[in-house]
Amino acid sequence: MKVLVAVKRVVDYNVKVRVKADNSGVDLANVKMSMNPFCEIAVEEAVRLKEKGVATEIVVVSIGPSTAQEQLRTALALGADRAILVESADELNSLAVAKLLKAVVDKEQPQLVILGKQAIDSDNNQTGQMLAALTGFGQGTFASKVEVAGDKVAVTREIDGGAQTVSLSLPAIVTTDLRLNEPRYASLPNIMKAKKKPLEVLTPDALGVSTASTNKTLKVEAPAARSAGIKVKSVAELVEKLKNEAKVI
Amino acid sequence: MTILVIAEHDNKVLAPATLNTVAAAAKIGGDIHILVAGSNAGAVAEAAAKVAGVSKVLLADNAAYAHQLPENVAPLVAELGAGYSHILAAATSNGKNILPRVAAQLDVDQISEIISVESADTFKRPIYAGNAIATVQSSASVKVITVRATGFDPVAAEGGSAAVEAVGAAHDAGKSSFVGEELAKSDRPELTAAKIVVSGGRGMQNGDNFKHLYALADKLGAAVGASRAAVDAGFVPNDMQVGQTGKIVAPQLYIAVGISGAIQHLAGMKDSKVIVAINKDEEAPIFQVADYGLVADLFEAVPELEKLV
Repeated sequence: MKVLVAVKRVVDYNVKVRVKADNSGVDLANVKMSMNPFCEIAVEEAVRLKEKGVATEIVVVSIGPSTAQEQLRTALALGADRAILVESADELNSLAVAKLLKAVVDKEQPQLVILGKQAIDSDNNQTGQMLAALTGFGQGTFASKVEVAGDKVAVTREIDGGAQTVSLSLPAIVTTDLRLNEPRYASLPNIMKAKKKPLEVLTPDALGVSTASTNKTLKVEAPAARSAGIKVKSVAELVEKLKNEAKVI
Repeated sequence: MTILVIAEHDNKVLAPATLNTVAAAAKIGGDIHILVAGSNAGAVAEAAAKVAGVSKVLLADNAAYAHQLPENVAPLVAELGAGYSHILAAATSNGKNILPRVAAQLDVDQISEIISVESADTFKRPIYAGNAIATVQSSASVKVITVRATGFDPVAAEGGSAAVEAVGAAHDAGKSSFVGEELAKSDRPELTAAKIVVSGGRGMQNGDNFKHLYALADKLGAAVGASRAAVDAGFVPNDMQVGQTGKIVAPQLYIAVGISGAIQHLAGMKDSKVIVAINKDEEAPIFQVADYGLVADLFEAVPELEKLV
């Protein structure tokens, strides 16, 4: 079966971002960008499904600026077969991304679509669920285990109190949680080979999708800073402070 | 304006996060209705009817809604919610699972994990693991929003007297089925609602050593959390994880033991009122957010702390 994996180019998770002085957003100039960590897990899961003989082809798709080609090449080096970039310079909201992915799903007809559970920049946790709604597919969100059997996929999900397993009819949407797998690194020969793999570039217009949004970001501020704390010398002093100064115990 | 709040429950008990969500609805202003979608969930509807400030409870009781499968619940919420000005749900695993599916069905953008209400159409929410706060305005006819519980003080669970109305609509998409679940059992307070949280990290060295934290937590009436490092190392189950990808907590007191304080962990606890860090590395980033820091070996400090509190 064909597996479609969506990946996003985001600020590297180790970077401590700074808010711009004019409060228009965070400063991403000259900041290291990477594939969203949850998307890496999605690519890894697709590659493992292919290694098990479940998946026959992996198509990786990204929606974003032309520089997102770097992340698509990374996915190709990790084992994806071909890539699609839907190029848009605008910062798109989840619903617009889900609509563009729906158009790609219609075109490619995958049996399984794997996304990360959330992007670490916008922290929305929406796109997979929205894509499921638009396609009418079942959704297995926050997956820690994925097992395809016949025309069904069993997904074990991380929920607030523990774990839950659901069975979905294929085609289906799965979003990855951190514990689904440990992503591999791309080897140098595979990075070289990935340069020759096909990468198709499309536009929202060509897909006939409007990217208008009902949400508008008015401003972005730095969170309130915590006042500096103190270092205590002993456990006794700590208990004394908690009881008499902070009055929390 | 009429606001629809989706109840968080397990078919027996109304979850506390619902009360925080109603508090957010009260800040928006207008009539507040609660939807209880479940199976044999009459007791939940009765509890919801008593919540302060609620004027109506809709009870959709159907076997298809028993396990909150989004393929079945989302069409119900979208159908009922189309007539409301706002649809709110707690940013729990259920709320996050269902609500974006509702938003897409209504063809509107969602606003996730709001921490404050600026006006009926403008909200604040954290982005970049809490390192920036965005103010977002929605022009959607129905505003679909998940609410971060720690951003709002819960309303009273008693005092209301709303009418319960049965909703007949049954949606069974037939795309998904519930297979089973494994819930972690704990006698301690729930992590996200606890007044005191004691968390352990990689510095605990193994799962057995968490017994020191359990002993301290029991003495304080606290919940026990963990960093991702402790969960990945298999010390404790993953529903104990506090952070960007785990649970978001904001207790009165957060005690971080053997936790270095990575950005992703801070995202889940830096709104705690008082933060205590116990770590033997005095350069650990956790000390930058801690109100009280103790540079010490946790295996000596934690048992001593347990004795003194």
